[in-house]
Amino acid sequence: MRALLEARGLRLAFGGVKAADGIDLDVMEHEFLAIIGPNGAGKTTFINMTTGYLKPQGGTITYSGAEITGRRPRDIVRRGVARSFQLPQLFSEHTVEENAALAIASREGIWSPFAPLLRPAWRQEARELLDRFGLLPVAGQRADALNEGTRKLADIAMAVALKPRLLLMDEPTSGVAAAEKMGIVETLVRVLRDARVTAVFVEHDMDVVERFADRVAVWSQGRIAALGPPAQVLADPAVQRDVIGIERPAAGVAHA
Amino acid sequence: MTQPRIELLLALLGAAAMVLAAMATPWLKFVLTLALAKGIAVLGIMLLLRAGQVSFGHALYVALGAYTVAFLAPSMPDAALLLVAAALGTTVAGLLIGLFVSRYREIFFGMLNLALSMVFYSMLEKFYHYTRGTDGIRVPSLTVAGVPLDRVSYEWTIFGMALVLALGFGVFARVYLASPLGQALSAIKTRETRLDFMGVSSRNVLLSAYVLSALMAGCAGALIAMTSRHVTPLLAYWTASGELVFIAILGGAGGVLGPFLGAAAYELVRVYAAATVADMWQMILGAVLLLVILFARGGIWGLLSSRLQRGRVA
Repeated sequence: MRALLEARGLRLAFGGVKAADGIDLDVMEHEFLAIIGPNGAGKTTFINMTTGYLKPQGGTITYSGAEITGRRPRDIVRRGVARSFQLPQLFSEHTVEENAALAIASREGIWSPFAPLLRPAWRQEARELLDRFGLLPVAGQRADALNEGTRKLADIAMAVALKPRLLLMDEPTSGVAAAEKMGIVETLVRVLRDARVTAVFVEHDMDVVERFADRVAVWSQGRIAALGPPAQVLADPAVQRDVIGIERPAAGVAHA
Repeated sequence: MTQPRIELLLALLGAAAMVLAAMATPWLKFVLTLALAKGIAVLGIMLLLRAGQVSFGHALYVALGAYTVAFLAPSMPDAALLLVAAALGTTVAGLLIGLFVSRYREIFFGMLNLALSMVFYSMLEKFYHYTRGTDGIRVPSLTVAGVPLDRVSYEWTIFGMALVLALGFGVFARVYLASPLGQALSAIKTRETRLDFMGVSSRNVLLSAYVLSALMAGCAGALIAMTSRHVTPLLAYWTASGELVFIAILGGAGGVLGPFLGAAAYELVRVYAAATVADMWQMILGAVLLLVILFARGGIWGLLSSRLQRGRVA
């Protein structure tokens, strides 16, 4: 496998707070990389820098061999890097189907003022996409009428509609009811694996990380404290104490 | 029957009603031509409202279109050519100004447009040598396809041009709003950042609507100049821009018929209110707007379309 995304020496501080303090990370093609760490460790900042929302104060980001450091979000998206958001960013006055169709239109070209958004080909593609995410039953509903779990999936479906090679997801399961969580992640992983999308996701649920990530990177105070397979990293006593401690009982207790 | 077909049918019925009204009461032709012209300008305002942006300065383009007619009419008296010239001039102006104002949103967008329209107003007022200041410029007799017309034929011709343009722009706006570009306008209002993260320049989406709105306002200005045959700087004054926003709220921004319903209602209420209570017509218009804001947020079109939907469900 080769690296699809390479971050080298990324630095960004907000006042005195270092959100990125020399981040070096390779994201390998087709892998699922989980990012974990306490709030304020700089996880979202990494996604924001990679997708062009924030410009790093130092370091470089290379995607597929081309440097994308500090480029505008829409330039980065056009190269094949999409993202979803911690708070779903849906077009609230549009239906779920129209949201998906708008994403398809963004990919195919939005500038025709004469053909309708819901033209047969795009409508079919949108419905197929929503079907893969299990969202077809709510295709006709306005986005602001959905529950949080469904909004999360719709938000990610819009990113997938762009047909990215790399998808960055910021807490795809936060705010989702525990009962729905595993089902949503399973659906998501199946769709992304089928589409051969490389995924980076920020996650707080260690069960999700353990089950679905190929590798996990532990963020701490703007640095990567540990990086490796979940079984190895999550078993590290320092990681358990400093990062997971309050979120997950010690391994022995969990299975007692 | 589908919603677009119903709207088209209503538009054609409205056009027929206007023609009949103009035939039955000839002086109404003047009022209805102005209403159609203002409806076209408000249609452009409506496009911007879809993106959540209110322009308080679009009278600039109305005035630019009108003064283009007034300046060129002595050397090029053909009405159709003058209309094309006004459309081209305002499109270019809309593009140049739009490149600047489309960077801004909400109150800054509104006030920048207002400021630019007032700069233009001042230029029209101060450069007396060219514009004849507040006296304005009288538009000479125009021809149609090189043929001079008598007064009645001329009025009917301009009325017909306004009607055809209103229908044409109305159909175009309906198609445009259903297109990805039109839908992206609404997306600017609800989640602009997401558009950028989908690879779309929200600024360019707004710019395209802005240029279209300038074109529509320019055509409206040309029609107003051809109808009233006299242009003054007041066409660019901030109250004229406010009038367009007033009509947009009155008619409703939910559909392309709203601007024309609003413009017709506005002009007719103004004419009849001025005729019956000369000193209080502004008060009556204000009361009408208050009622719309309090009880019919979707404007006249909102009321009408909700009744139509109830009828279809029943």
